[in-house]
Amino acid sequence: MENLEQLVQEGLAAVEKANSLQMLDQVRVDYLGKKGVLTQQLKSLGKLSPEERPAAGQKINDAKARVQNAITASRAALEKAAIDQQLASESIDVTLPGRGQDLGGLHPVTRTLQRIEDFFSRAGYTVEQGPEIEDEYHNFEALNIPDHHPARAMHDTFYFNPGTVLRTHTSPVQIRTMEAAKPPFRMICPGRVYRCDSDMTHTPMFHQIEGLLVDRNVSFADLKSTVEEFLRVFFERDDLKVRFRPSYFPFTEPSAEVDIEWGREADGTIKWLEIMGCGMVHPKVFEHCGIDPEEYRGFAFGLGVERMAMLRYGVNDLRMFFDNDLRFLRQFR
Amino acid sequence: MKFSEQWLREWVNPALDTQALVDQITMAGLEVDGLEPVSGEFSGVIVGEVLSVEPHPDADKLRVCQVAGGDEVVQVVCGAPNVRAGQKVPFAVVGATLPGNFKIKKAKLRGQVSLGMLCSETELGLSERDAGIMELPEDAPVGQSLVDYLGLNDVTIDVDLTPNRSDCLSIRGLAREVAVLNRLQVEAPQTAPIAATHGEVIEVTVTAPEGCPRYLGRILKNVDLTVPSPMWMQEKLRRSGIRSIDAAVDVTNYVMLELGQPMHAFDRAELKGGIVVRMARPAETLVLLDGQEVTLSADTLVIADHEKPVAIAGVMGGEHSGVSETTRDLVLEAAYFDPITLAGKAREYSLHTDASHRFERGVDYQLARDAMERATELLMSIVGGEPGEIVDVTSEPHLPQATLIDLRAQRIADVLGLDIDRATVEDILTRLGLSIDQPLPEGWRIRVPSYRPDLSIEVDLIEEVGRVYGYDNLPVTEPVGALALRADSEAVRPLSAVQSFFVSRGYQEAITYSFVDPKVQALVDPDRDGIALANPISADLSVMRTTLWSGLLKTVAHNQNRQQPRIRLFESGLRFVREGDDIEQRPMLSGVVVGPNSPENWANGRRDADFFDTKGELEALFQLLGVQVDFAKGEHPALHPGQTAELFLAGQSIGWLGTLHPQVQKNLELNGTILLFELFLDAVLSGYVPNFKEISKFPEVRRDLAIIIENGIAFADVERVVRQQAGNHLTALRAFDVYEGQSVGEGKRSVALSLFWQHPERTLHEEEVHKLFNEVITALTEELGATLRS
Repeated sequence: MENLEQLVQEGLAAVEKANSLQMLDQVRVDYLGKKGVLTQQLKSLGKLSPEERPAAGQKINDAKARVQNAITASRAALEKAAIDQQLASESIDVTLPGRGQDLGGLHPVTRTLQRIEDFFSRAGYTVEQGPEIEDEYHNFEALNIPDHHPARAMHDTFYFNPGTVLRTHTSPVQIRTMEAAKPPFRMICPGRVYRCDSDMTHTPMFHQIEGLLVDRNVSFADLKSTVEEFLRVFFERDDLKVRFRPSYFPFTEPSAEVDIEWGREADGTIKWLEIMGCGMVHPKVFEHCGIDPEEYRGFAFGLGVERMAMLRYGVNDLRMFFDNDLRFLRQFR
Repeated sequence: MKFSEQWLREWVNPALDTQALVDQITMAGLEVDGLEPVSGEFSGVIVGEVLSVEPHPDADKLRVCQVAGGDEVVQVVCGAPNVRAGQKVPFAVVGATLPGNFKIKKAKLRGQVSLGMLCSETELGLSERDAGIMELPEDAPVGQSLVDYLGLNDVTIDVDLTPNRSDCLSIRGLAREVAVLNRLQVEAPQTAPIAATHGEVIEVTVTAPEGCPRYLGRILKNVDLTVPSPMWMQEKLRRSGIRSIDAAVDVTNYVMLELGQPMHAFDRAELKGGIVVRMARPAETLVLLDGQEVTLSADTLVIADHEKPVAIAGVMGGEHSGVSETTRDLVLEAAYFDPITLAGKAREYSLHTDASHRFERGVDYQLARDAMERATELLMSIVGGEPGEIVDVTSEPHLPQATLIDLRAQRIADVLGLDIDRATVEDILTRLGLSIDQPLPEGWRIRVPSYRPDLSIEVDLIEEVGRVYGYDNLPVTEPVGALALRADSEAVRPLSAVQSFFVSRGYQEAITYSFVDPKVQALVDPDRDGIALANPISADLSVMRTTLWSGLLKTVAHNQNRQQPRIRLFESGLRFVREGDDIEQRPMLSGVVVGPNSPENWANGRRDADFFDTKGELEALFQLLGVQVDFAKGEHPALHPGQTAELFLAGQSIGWLGTLHPQVQKNLELNGTILLFELFLDAVLSGYVPNFKEISKFPEVRRDLAIIIENGIAFADVERVVRQQAGNHLTALRAFDVYEGQSVGEGKRSVALSLFWQHPERTLHEEEVHKLFNEVITALTEELGATLRS
């Protein structure tokens, strides 16, 4: 009993000295285990009188608690040090690039088409497709462009044989869709079209998207709002100035070309840029599709997708769209 | 069409400056393409008179001239060969500035003082033609500013007319339009009928009245074609883009520009007998004014004499019967040719003339006589001559009939969405020269003038109302329609899902031409002939693609030539295959992969993509689309014979995956291992709607085995045998190792498999799994000759 304090001091020194969890555990066994020196002190209680025992027991338990506390504190410190060391050894350079695939991208024409399709799909337009090798009837006659019409010469048509052409516009899809169903119609027709022309500003293949709305009570005023809103949404400019200029297409009457504001002159006057064509469906087109033009009216509009993509993304050479140079394509992911 | 602003303003002169005028007609549907000053910008140039010309003492090619016109007579050294005494010329005095900010200063040329410069048309920016000093008419007032004398404060306006507005292919028509827009009257030059001074007439026979419903001919005797056309006429022609030739040609061109009636002048001495308007005879030939000889097709309308054709009607005259300086007697032609008969004729002979442009679009069928009188008057005032009677052969039944159109007031409101009162409509239509034949209860019966062949139905008139009212003044309303719900099938995935899939796996989308190089296509699809274009843009874009590989491999070459080692591309679009008399146009999904499988970096390793990388991607795609596609060993002429898979969906072949054949790759000069795939897009877009199955609560049992099989045995065969034997509760089968090497023997390989079983409603007994496993091993041994690897 006399050396209890000395044992505690030795125990605390041993805890102090232990610099690993293993050594610390040995200290615990040596002092607090079943045969530990402090635990052994409890056996000496038997030599004491019943009156003395509680006080003496208390002293021994206090001594054990002091060593136990020291061990607990040391264990916590050693565990923390061990974790810290492990974390330090597992540290990586997080600025190195990641592993695996990088991202590809959509062709800018597809990206533009998808945006346009989205706008019109939300307004209830369906997306229609048709053949690209087309018969002259659907590409021309049904659209009120008879054989002798000067507009035919303007189309620079690719031929396979008399009567079979590469479609010069996506308008035949409108005809095919109207032939196959009954009004009302709300549709857009995106796709590849072909003209026999190739220079700085023309490629022999390009993309068009056309829209058609046919119902009992459709007017030019409806066309104006549809086109204006589309252009403002496409260019994300609520204040975009849009103007309608009388023009001529064999398949619409009245017909209009649409200009948008594209910059200003030094004196502040608007620079206009021609962007699309539109008009009210020509009665002869309805007749070719078996629709009574007295009962139904419609409007149609069409635009060049590459041109929209060029304006939107600042591309300055049309031909780049079909070179498929990866350094070009990667800019549109 | 190009025209001079000043010329237009002689006919109608609105109080608008040039830009406002241009904007106004553009917004009326006559789109102005460009404005160009009629000369270069210069100052200090006057009408000078060359008084004398002496040789330069020290230079063979220079002359020393005395020139009047400035403050005093001065000496000018001139190098032009055509300078001569008595000539009136543009004279740039000292202090003048010529186009290009070229200042005229006092100078010495080879020792001789020169005080100014005599100018050519090129130097003044009047034309591109370099024909020495520009000669001015003898009556040009010496000393007057050239700008004032020629009226050069003018612009050429280029208007890009739509094909329906043939009525505006003349000053008369443009003036009419401007007058409508500004509520003005047109000041047209008045021409009185010119009386004949002799009795000679040209005999005219029209045997093709449907092509030529009206033909007018007139003889003008004793003209002097050595007299050039006057400066004012030459200038108006020049500003309209037409070069002066001689008085006869100039006058016919002038009348065409002024009134819109193309005309022609023949040398009467070269016409044998009279004029016959007929269809060409087989194998007839004609040497045209431009010198080329053409063989005429039988559906060509010609002007002939009694022996031979002398002109392609409405297109171009013949060389032989054309006028020249020595022509004494002219025959003038003014006709109405049927647009449908003439359609495409000019193009057929690779011609496009001012006349054919107008006749194809429709000339005013009542204009010929006015034009004939106007041309006669102009010609007589320049080259003299004695007019004969006009011979007029008109077939009324073949002429267009005056058009009457019923126009309903309500229909205007419906189509334009505009409430417009009747008075405004009547005002617009009458200003346009349309007349109200009679009022109708619902609107009007409108008579269309002969110069507007484009107006034939009610909606044409509605457009005219909207156009003159101003499209920008028309209302704007939102379309109203039924809100029908539209269902897309859940099982059918949109193309955009496929596109997103490839994008997220590092592929760039390509869009290549649908027509390709037949040589490339013969390499990648030798068994099929591409459908050839009759008129390709070039030989390397001349056949329709039968596979998208043609374009994709060309794209690989383009990028490999630009230091791009890693290429992953996909494309969707139609291929074109002849199927008997039909053409199959089917949407395909194709891709090409070459170079490192992952972007080159510190962690990715440096392994090129191989067959199984690409196959794995397609397998993932098919999972996305919900389709069960089988890969079988296949043969394709463009693909490596040992690395080709044919894809099957429900027993139908739907496409290919493989490595490009090394020989084809060499022929195409491509580098690396090139993987290709192509499949029918429509076949894989239809998947299924998920159908939930209960998840088993019972443990899954796994058994592994390794077998050695002959190399000729496909994994697909192993899988088939395992599945046949493994019972209903096999949930998965995986190959976790494939090994070839000496330890397994020559021509053999080892395949290690994991089999997984699970029962939906109970725990599987050890014995039953063991039994199934043993049956699998037995079947593999018996059916495939497999041996267990110890």
